[in-house]
Parts: sequence; C-alpha cells; structure tokens
Amino acid sequence: MEFFITLIQVLDSTIRLSTPLLLACLAGLFSERAGIFDIGLEGKMLMAAFFSAAVAAVTGSVWLGLLAGIASSLVLSGLHGLASITFRGNQLISGVAINFLAAGMTVLIAQSWFQQGGRTPSLFGGGRFTPINFPFAESLGGVPIFGPIYSELLSGHSILVYIAFAMVPATWWILYRTRFGLRLRAVGENPAAVDTAGVSVVGLRYAAVAICGVLCGIAGAYLATALQAGFVKDMTAGRGFIALAALIFAKWRPWHAMGACLLFGLLQAVALRFQNIDLGGVVIPVQVMDALPYILTVVILAGFVGKATPPRAGGEPYVKER
Amino acid sequence: MEKMPKWADVVLIPLISLILAAILSALVILAIGENPVEAVNLMVTGALGSTYGWGYTLYYATNFMFTGLAVAVAFHARMFNIGGEGQAMLGGLGVAMVCLYIDWPHWSIALLAACVASALFGAAWAAIPAYLQAKRGSHIVITTIMFNFIAAALLNYMLVNVMRPPGSQDPATARFPEAVQLPTFQSMFSTAEEVVFRGAPANISFFVAILACFVVWALIWRTRLGYEIRAYGHSETGAVYAGISPVRITIVAMLISGGLAGMMAINNVMGEAERLVLNSTEGAGFIGIAVALMGRSHPFGVFLAALLFGFLYQGGAELALWTSIPRELIVVIQALVILFTGALDNMVRIPLEKLFLGLRKGVE
Repeated sequence: MEFFITLIQVLDSTIRLSTPLLLACLAGLFSERAGIFDIGLEGKMLMAAFFSAAVAAVTGSVWLGLLAGIASSLVLSGLHGLASITFRGNQLISGVAINFLAAGMTVLIAQSWFQQGGRTPSLFGGGRFTPINFPFAESLGGVPIFGPIYSELLSGHSILVYIAFAMVPATWWILYRTRFGLRLRAVGENPAAVDTAGVSVVGLRYAAVAICGVLCGIAGAYLATALQAGFVKDMTAGRGFIALAALIFAKWRPWHAMGACLLFGLLQAVALRFQNIDLGGVVIPVQVMDALPYILTVVILAGFVGKATPPRAGGEPYVKER
Repeated sequence: MEKMPKWADVVLIPLISLILAAILSALVILAIGENPVEAVNLMVTGALGSTYGWGYTLYYATNFMFTGLAVAVAFHARMFNIGGEGQAMLGGLGVAMVCLYIDWPHWSIALLAACVASALFGAAWAAIPAYLQAKRGSHIVITTIMFNFIAAALLNYMLVNVMRPPGSQDPATARFPEAVQLPTFQSMFSTAEEVVFRGAPANISFFVAILACFVVWALIWRTRLGYEIRAYGHSETGAVYAGISPVRITIVAMLISGGLAGMMAINNVMGEAERLVLNSTEGAGFIGIAVALMGRSHPFGVFLAALLFGFLYQGGAELALWTSIPRELIVVIQALVILFTGALDNMVRIPLEKLFLGLRKGVE
C-alpha cells in the first residue's frame, strides 16, 4: 500500500511536470511541421512566465496574466517570423537570439518593476490557477485503487493541465483532418507545391508560428501561475530544450509527443523525489536522470532506434520563383 | 558581378547592425528609467579607465576569443556549433585533471600540457555530434545543444561525487598547486615603482588566445585543409566533385572547433579560478556565437568582437555595481547583436545592396 501511494504521488507530479513540456512540444510541432525550426521555445516560455506572473501580481487576475503571457510570447513569435520568414534569415540563429533576449529582458524588467532581484512578488488568491476538483473526488478517495487514481491522479489539477492534454487530440485533428492542417504539413515538406496551388506559403508559416507562440505562452503562464507562485529568474530551466528533445523523440507526431513528454516528465518527477536511486548495490546518481532525456534524444537522432526524419523543408527559407 | 564592394560587406554591415543593436539597447535603458549616456560613461570608465578595468576586459576577451574562434571554424564548414559551452566545460575537466593529478616542475610546461588536455577534452566532446552529423545525418545543432546539457550533468557528477576534496561541501575541486599558477598581468607588467592590473584576472592565456587567432587564420586561408573546409562550406556538391570527403571535413572541422572551445579553460579555470567549479564557463560558449557572427568568422574580426564583448561584460558588471541596471543588460545586448548580425542580416543587407546598385548605375 505504501508503494502504491508513492507511485500515485510520483505519477501525479509526472502529470504536473509534463504539462509545460507538452504545451511547448506541441507548440514546436506546429512550427516545425510548417518548416520553421524553433529552438526559441525556451525563450518564449520564459517571457510568457514573466509577463503572466507580473500582470497577475499587479491586477490580481490570473486570466489577465494568462493573456499577457500569450501576448508576450506572440511578440517573440512575430520576431522569429520576421527574421526567418520575411527576411529569410537563419532560423536557428534567430531562435538563439530569442532565448537570450528573453533571459535578459525578463530580469531587466522584473528588476525595474518590482525591485526584488529579478523576480515577481509571490502570487496568491486570484493570482494563481487553482486546482479543479472532479465531482465526488472527496468521497471516492477512500475506494481502494480506483479512489486514489481518481481523486489524486486525475482530479485536482489546474485548468491548464486539462487544456494541455486536450490539445493532443485537437492537434492531431487539426493536422490530419482539416484543410489547414494538410496545407501546414505540405508547407513543411514542399512549399513550392503549396505555392503552385495558389496558397500563401508566407501566410501559412506565420499562422503556424503564431499558434506556436500561443501554446508557448500557455506553457509559460502555467509555470509561473500554476506550477509555482510567481516568476523567478531562468525559471524555465531548460524545459524548452527538453520539449524540443521530446518533439524529436516523438518524430514530430502529436500522440507520440504526449508519450515522450510524459516519459520526460516522469524522469523529472523521479529525479525530484528520489535523488540517487539505489538498485540493490548499483546506485544511479541523480545526474543520470537529469541527463537521460538528452541522451535518449541523441540516441534517437543517431537513428539507432528508428530514424527521426524532420519535415523536409525544415529550416529552409522559401524563395518564390521569379 | 558583385552586388556591393567588399568593404561594405565586411565593415559596413556589421557596423550598421551594431549601431541598430546599440540604439535598441539605449531605448531599453531609457525604458527602465536610467540615462543611457551616463550608462555608457560608467561602462567606459569601469572597463577601460584603469589597468584594473582593462585586466578584467582582457580576461573576458580571452574567453570569447577561444569560443568565438570555435564557432567561426565551424561556420566556415557551414555548421553551427552551439555546443561551445559544453565543450568548454569538458576542457575545464581536462585542465583540472592535468593540474591536480600530475606534479609539474614549472607553470610553462603545465600550461602546454593543459592546452593539449583542454583541446583534447573539448574535441572529444565535439566528436560524437560530429560523427553523428557526418555518418548518420543527425542535425549538429540539436545534438550539440543536447551535449551541453549532458556536459552540465557530467560535470555536476564529477564535482559532487568524484573530484570534491573530502570534507568539503562546495561542489568544486581542490585548489591547484602553486607550481601551476599562471603569471597574471599584474606579475608580468608591474614595475618596482608602479603596480598595474592589481587583482585583475587577465593572465598569460591572453597571448595564447592571440596566437590561436593567428593559427586559425593560417589554417583557414593558408593550408590545404583550410581550403577544403571553406570549399565544403561554400558548396558541398562542389567539394565532393573536387574529391573532398564531406565526412572527413565535417569531423575535422568540428574537432578543431571543439578543441578551441575547450582551450578556453586554460584562461578561466587555470588562469583565474585555479580550481574547477560548477558553471565555470558562465555562458562564454554562447557569447562565442555573437562574437563569430559579429567578426564575420574571420580571426581578426573575432579578435575585435571579443574585445568589444569583453568591454561589455566588464562594463556591465560595473553598471550593476553602481546603478540599478542588472547585469542581464549584457544578455540583452548580446541577443540584439546575434539578432541583427545573424538572423536579421538580410534586413540590413538588402537595402544596402539596392543602394550600391543604384550608386553604380548613377556612375555609369
């Protein structure tokens, strides 16, 4: 029974930690499927985390905070689009610049607005997303096995967690069952064909980058207003890159992205709870758990366990024929 | 026909990009309620107004020369090495092992050994991404990013579990023995009457970095290998047609790049900290990206850009000390430089090319 309770707790924290990864991963999925590589997921999340916490702290409304987070992330998306779509610059370099821009600006503005060493005031009350309890979660908690799963694991997360997981089928449906999705995937594989069909490559790519911005914005807002209560410097802590790793791990497919994010979230949850793991004499140091998502991604990229093929036109600016 | 004269490409475009970045930075400073003119004054006095300030500026510039050269060499082979940070961390590990586990009679021999060890460790860390890019087509940008994180975890493990002296709480190695301490600018340039560079960390590695600039220049423009690297960077099909092996060039260019990034450790680990600490690289690997972009991947350009960033780093530290502007201002400036000289290059280039074409038509 002890083991079961621990398991439920670890899985519960897996869901919490997977949520920002999943949102950022789906964000990257839209962008990269349209042929725009985005290593600036981290920066967009960080910017959104700051602005959502700052606005929530000032206004006391977490929903205004969420909007501000999404808006700030969209601004960075616009910058990425400008550099990589309009001016046909290097998408990777643009992403690097965006990451640094967010890392610097958030601390600069936080210090200027709040004078608390680059953090926002702690959020409380209406400034945070509160857990949503499912009906009868309280009374069903006592039922063996099913009770804890229902009341601890599934119930009691913030609305953004449920939105994130609902985004998985939504993304699948948009990509594979709508005209927009078909065109979006096509523009990542063969933009010239899309152009020939009379559909705007630039418009589609900007739309994909904008969706990416919205999702990164929600991810950042979740970090600062739901997972934690306020913004602290560099609070994304590499999650944008883990999301990128998950995206490659999932080979740019939505359902697999959920699996990858849950796996990487589980690794984080285990590392958080157990530190060094003793497997009957062999001790796995906590650093191995930290590095595992990255190692797994390199193995996948190396093509030893199934080949990860990115969208064919990814990273290439589209030059219309003249 | 060239669209515009060479000097415009080499000097004018970086200069305009830099001015744009500077204007935006000034606006940022204004927006947070400080005076940009005063800020520049403070930065100049703090970084260049004394030998102490210069000692820090040149110390930072040394780091950035190594990492800037590393990114530049990879750029010549049209590869983007974001892994300078991880390679520099591993270089630090190599330096620490050489300095701690071997008894050296004199610092000069230890420096040679440390150069070799740091370059080997840095190159080794670049070797796996290089091999995967060359043989399996795994994108070097993604693998080097992943290797940065793996390097951080490895270093953390080594410092916490292996190299930490018994009884110490700090995740760091023991202090290096006195015999391997590098001469600082203070000990090199002070006379009996006047002490200069007092307490500043600039050390003899600065000259090693300048030497590295020359060696890289000679390698890229005066050797067969350098020619092959540039040819491959310009056109892979052309290079293959000329009998150049893409696998070999990819791997060799990345090994050189990783080695240069690793060599940064002789400055920050051996020259300054004199022990290996967590996060000893302090983001210098990433600043190398800005330095290489700004320096147009030419060693002399890298040298100048490294000096500029050394100045910004030291000036930024002074700003944080005397005003309410935090050090992160430098990160913003760095981001703007990368944005304008790298990603938004065409924004500056296209109007300039039109201008020069128009001028030429007017002359004819």
